[in-house]
Amino acid sequence: MTDFPWLTTLALIPLAGSVVVGALPAARELLAKQLALAISLVALGVTIAMALQFDANAEGQFQFTELHEWIPQFGVSYSVGVDGIALVLIGLATVLTPICILASWHDVDGSRRSVNSYFALLLVLETMMIGVFAATDVFLFYILFEAMLVPMYFIIGSYGGAQRSYAAVKFLLYSLFGGLLMLAAVIGLFVVSDGGPRAFLFENLLNLSIDPTTEKFLFLGFFIAFAIKAPLWPVHTWLPDAAAEAPPGGAVLLVGVLDKVGTFGMLRFCLPLFPDASRWAAPVVITLSVIGIVYGALLAIGQSDIKRLIAYTSISHFGFIAMGIFAMTTQAQSGSTLYMFNHGFSTAALFLIAGFLISRRGSRLIQDYGGVQRIAPVLAGTFLVAGLSSLALPGLSSFVSEFLVLVGTFTRYEAAAIIATGGIILASLYILLMYQRTMTGEPNEEIRKLPDLTSREVWVVAPLLAVIIGLGFYPKPLLDVINPAIERTMQQIGQEDPKPVVPVAEGTGK
Amino acid sequence: MSALSVSATFAAAEFQTPSIEYSKLMPMLIVFGVALVGVLIEAFMGRTGRHQVQLILSIAGLVAAFVSVTMLAGDNQIAAVGAVAVDGPALFLQGTILLLAIPGVLTMAERSLDRGGVFTSAGSSTPGSEHERVLTATGVTQTEVFPLTMFAVGGMLLFPAANDLLTMFVALEVLSLPLYLLCGLARRRRLLSQEASLKYFLLGAFSSAFFLYGIALLYGYSGTVRLSGIAEAVSSNSGSDTLLMTGTALLAVGLLFKVGAAPFHSWTPDVYQGAPTPITGFMAACTKVAAFGALLRVLYVGLGGLAWQWEPVMWGVAILTMVVGSVVALTQTDVKRMLAYSSIAHAGFILTGLVATDTVDPDTGAVLGVSSVLFYLLAYGFITIGAFAVVTLVRDAGGEATHLSQWAGLARRSPLVAAVFTLFLAAFAGIPLTSGFTGKFAVFSAAIAGDAAPLVVIGVVMSAVAAFFYFRVVVLMFFNAPAPDGPAVAVPSPLTTVAITLSVAVTVLLGVWPTQVLDLADRASQFVR
Repeated sequence: MTDFPWLTTLALIPLAGSVVVGALPAARELLAKQLALAISLVALGVTIAMALQFDANAEGQFQFTELHEWIPQFGVSYSVGVDGIALVLIGLATVLTPICILASWHDVDGSRRSVNSYFALLLVLETMMIGVFAATDVFLFYILFEAMLVPMYFIIGSYGGAQRSYAAVKFLLYSLFGGLLMLAAVIGLFVVSDGGPRAFLFENLLNLSIDPTTEKFLFLGFFIAFAIKAPLWPVHTWLPDAAAEAPPGGAVLLVGVLDKVGTFGMLRFCLPLFPDASRWAAPVVITLSVIGIVYGALLAIGQSDIKRLIAYTSISHFGFIAMGIFAMTTQAQSGSTLYMFNHGFSTAALFLIAGFLISRRGSRLIQDYGGVQRIAPVLAGTFLVAGLSSLALPGLSSFVSEFLVLVGTFTRYEAAAIIATGGIILASLYILLMYQRTMTGEPNEEIRKLPDLTSREVWVVAPLLAVIIGLGFYPKPLLDVINPAIERTMQQIGQEDPKPVVPVAEGTGK
Repeated sequence: MSALSVSATFAAAEFQTPSIEYSKLMPMLIVFGVALVGVLIEAFMGRTGRHQVQLILSIAGLVAAFVSVTMLAGDNQIAAVGAVAVDGPALFLQGTILLLAIPGVLTMAERSLDRGGVFTSAGSSTPGSEHERVLTATGVTQTEVFPLTMFAVGGMLLFPAANDLLTMFVALEVLSLPLYLLCGLARRRRLLSQEASLKYFLLGAFSSAFFLYGIALLYGYSGTVRLSGIAEAVSSNSGSDTLLMTGTALLAVGLLFKVGAAPFHSWTPDVYQGAPTPITGFMAACTKVAAFGALLRVLYVGLGGLAWQWEPVMWGVAILTMVVGSVVALTQTDVKRMLAYSSIAHAGFILTGLVATDTVDPDTGAVLGVSSVLFYLLAYGFITIGAFAVVTLVRDAGGEATHLSQWAGLARRSPLVAAVFTLFLAAFAGIPLTSGFTGKFAVFSAAIAGDAAPLVVIGVVMSAVAAFFYFRVVVLMFFNAPAPDGPAVAVPSPLTTVAITLSVAVTVLLGVWPTQVLDLADRASQFVR
């Protein structure tokens, strides 16, 4: 391993870029956009270089680690490092950012706000996303978890749709409420920790002997914050508003990456730090997840607004991810991690193509569309592939992860897995109904004028679909990176997979 | 018994030669000296240049006093025949007050925003009278605010350092009387300002009476006004419990009034709104620091042995204060009133740290209840001064535009001012990487360590409520369209600019790199007893 501070460098590149982009004069919009794209591509390059050096089967949990003293009185240090899970999610963030920047090229042109600031905010957000996945100090994680709200808040509030102010405040208050509960838990964790200037390091917090009641409360503090972030039913109501009002690029980063911080946090912090409380809560979480899967899907079917529909499908998908995490089997958790990655791409494709469509027609309502596939076949075709990926068609990437989650959950919670499988049927309903209503049929007057995808837009969509199809057929490279990390997590929570030959009864997992 | 000890005290006092350690009292002596010189300048110097001379003298005095505080750092003793404690908490708070007073005085001296400054030409002229009009026309303004402020600062320096209750009472009056006056000196909306002044005076006098009566009862209980003597009497459990409890309660009322804790907070919004804004900022920051210092000393040094009695009461006061401050702030439509309720909420947050009585950090030996409150006060003081200084900049034809609706779309007119105010609001709300967050973390972790977890849960929930009204203002500034006849952001002279810049710097520094100051607060957390 080299001593080069990979993660800090990676996080600083977009931050430095955002300063430059933000400082450009308002008239240099094109330069700002080009610069933002170039910087995010550099960050992607660095991520790839880093990923190539990553050794999935290395001895220690974290690689590319850095450790510096920060606030010793509070036990806080600047400590970063990645395992397979974090690396995959950082990859997700750094791949999606340039795509979103390219996709947002003209989204904010007509805005009364500074165009340069929008791209600067996207870059700041990228820094925070990298940092939050890389943090191995709980306090540092918490700070980035909260700080991430700020750029997103301004992206929604300044550049969003008609209801942007309401959506931004709702998003902020929900997140802040969860964040403050987490703060209480973070402080509580500090008190029960061994103390000292490095009290908040992840490895120093493992295997603490915590009083069971305290452990449950601390678990809840973290879990509720993550559940709001993810979001799980019943604390999901901010997401449809925020995602629908945000500009498409912002919506992708919000749903595709930011929300993953919630599920990532469950996997990285809730389970290993509070294993007993996690086992205690697992049945409830699984129940909530299953409700979320069905509820999100049903509401998606009933939506009349394309972006809200996509947001509700995500609530259903986050149900799958959380269910896989709390099923606590290797397969389910690997599936969930892979799902986080795949969902990022399929949702990004859906949101961005829907965004292209909406920007052409100027309406988010499904009823205003129809027959688009005759007029704009490329747009309709890519939208169909993205949709099929979202409903987990075999051969596309989401299928692999959804299948793993369901199989892994079935070995421990049969009923939950069976009901959740019903979610797949609902998924085909909401996707195909939307496709049918918007893309098929007779195009009306307004639709006839729509142009097909431009070459810029094709460049946005192509890499997304390439990943979706590529990982659908060959997910092994990612699973090779994820699996060792998941196995380690399973060890940390002291959980083994149920024996496959014996019919599983409740509680035999331990 | 008590009669015996009283006569013994008197007997001892007769033979004692009072020895005053002037060097240990230097910060206060400098400030009071400058105040007296200021009065003389006011009386004898010509009008021209008086403003500059007063300003330079005040700032120089504050800086010199701060330097002498730093030179005393590390001292841990009792001076002036037991009347004044020179110990970590006292020096830390004195340093804090002096540092806060510097931007406070700078904003008071601002004269380019409003012709003639924020203060009335002469406090003695009747509002709306011919006399006032003539004075305004000549452009003459009395500059008595500077010596008054210095007297108030002097009282504030003594208040947290007072080691006996009588000295504390004197300090309380010395800091309060100038503040009552200063509140009534606004140039605009003078009647509102004078009403605030009168209200503050009446309620303040009332609370002083409580305080004094409490002293008398505690004297009756222990036969001494010295905090260490009271502590001894408490530990030996001599005397009447009724006197002790009633005395403690009355004393607490006086102190809780000054910190603005519920249910003794009702003066805060009216006074904060009516007083000239630079005074409000100065008062909100410095009075709170001084009063919390005194409260800490009384509760920890004098009544530490009684903690199991006053802790439940403080729990109640803390909860009530947080809830009242946060919830009522939601309904406010005036920036200054909103900040007033926010200051009440913050008093509640600070009280949560205070109940962590004698919880000692095993690593550093710091008394968590004290060190966390010290840090919080420093952080909070700068946020407050800065926030009120920004309020002075948003003006329309009628002076400051404090109605919240007038702040709509402020970010379009001046993105910089809106961004700075957003930083202060974020710090009030306790967003990470601001000093407010570090402070909240310190008091909440102290409270958890002191077995007050339920208090922290309420504190966290109330922080969420508070965040709502802070961010409502942010939304208003950034996302709403400005009103066509809305206020403009005035460009201040370097005085206010320096004050705001300093506040921003401290707010960010204590958020990002608080190590040194936390360390200092830890080391300064031991009371001399």
